[in-house]
Amino acid sequence: MPSLGADMEAGTLVEWLKKPGDRVVRGDVIAVVETHKGAIEIEVFQTGTLETLIAKPGQKVAVGLPMAFIRGEGEGAAAPAAAPTSQEAQPTPRVAMPPPPGPLTVPPLTAPAGVRASPAARKRAAELAVDVKRIAGTGAGGAITLADVEHAAAAPAPSPIDAMRQAIGAAMARSKREIPHYYLAHTIDLEPALRWLEEENAKRPPPERVLYGVLLLKAVARALHEYREFNGFWTNGRFQPSERIHLGVAISIGKSGLIAPAIHDVDNLPIPQLMSALRDLVARARRGGLRSSELSDPTITVTSLGEQSAETVFPVIYPPQVAIVGFGMVLERPWIVAGAVVPRRVISCSLAGDHRVSDGHRGARFLSAVARLLQEPQSL
Amino acid sequence: MTDKDIRRIVLNALSGVAPELDEAALELDKSFRDQIDIDSMDFLNYVIALHDALAVDIPERDYPLLASIDGAVAYLSAQLKAAGKY
Repeated sequence: MPSLGADMEAGTLVEWLKKPGDRVVRGDVIAVVETHKGAIEIEVFQTGTLETLIAKPGQKVAVGLPMAFIRGEGEGAAAPAAAPTSQEAQPTPRVAMPPPPGPLTVPPLTAPAGVRASPAARKRAAELAVDVKRIAGTGAGGAITLADVEHAAAAPAPSPIDAMRQAIGAAMARSKREIPHYYLAHTIDLEPALRWLEEENAKRPPPERVLYGVLLLKAVARALHEYREFNGFWTNGRFQPSERIHLGVAISIGKSGLIAPAIHDVDNLPIPQLMSALRDLVARARRGGLRSSELSDPTITVTSLGEQSAETVFPVIYPPQVAIVGFGMVLERPWIVAGAVVPRRVISCSLAGDHRVSDGHRGARFLSAVARLLQEPQSL
Repeated sequence: MTDKDIRRIVLNALSGVAPELDEAALELDKSFRDQIDIDSMDFLNYVIALHDALAVDIPERDYPLLASIDGAVAYLSAQLKAAGKY
């Protein structure tokens, strides 16, 4: 079961899309898993032959536990697969869908310091994908017992809305606890970009028109070329920059919350393709059908509040990322151009950065680079 | 094509982007952007749906005229009349 973000502890298998004996290629969608982020299409990380299915439809599987065995190309017959009984039983080779290498943080299945639980209770909690931190212990001194774990696992599942809200809360609490945020905001003259886009859109029928948010995404991605310390992950106590620029795009899901899946390699996508990618991503975020890689690998997030919102957003970093860029609503304001006051449409661009990796001086230069790129929209 | 037909097409286009839309509760003469939570991508998809259904030109500068149901019906019927399709 891959981790689809720092806030995920387990997923429920909805269906297998491949059967034993099928050949699978890295990137193939082989299963659908239900999480608090909706039904997610799980991509396989290894090429080979699907040997054994371990997880059954309807089964809840903790992050990091095996769901199936895959025999890699050129490998002999796989060892007999047994259903996992604990995290220790997790085999390392031939696991169909390990958490992708690199930036992901797998939430600990054992209790952190401060939570008292018997070894049997911890083992059972891992098997049942129950978070011991959320269990009230009834044992001696408030210790969590095996019965407490089983009681908690049997409790009715929270509604999807509550589950998403809880997951957002858990990720944001972790962010505020662990990441020393600093904040900057810069007002950008968006008039040149908007005028250019209006001229371009006037030449195109509605299906080919581009939203200004696409220009904002492209400008951020291009600016990241020069400011690498905002693009990557904080893992194992140090910063790992990412060569590729996968922008997580915050998408509102009605009243239930929000989700920030990635558009991959935004810096290399021409504007029309980036618009298509955004349209497709928004549709799948709301309707279902996001893929596991889109949830697990954003290297930085961009949140754009859009029309009828607020002037400036002070966003919270989504761990293990180290920065988030926010855009407020476009406002018409008196602006000084060549010594004269003129009406201009402007937008507030804000940055929350991780002080373990960068500081406000570099952050300010990064925002200036975004502003500069938006003055020449035809070059984006 | 009558105003009633156009109204149906407009409401269908809007429910396409806002499935939770309660048509009975919608105030037709007021901007629906104040009544339901839709973003710029939703609005563009609504315009695309109208464009596909009626095959009329809808320049971006006219978008504000489409933000209420009554406004959209008046605008689209005028566009259709101009194109000889009404």
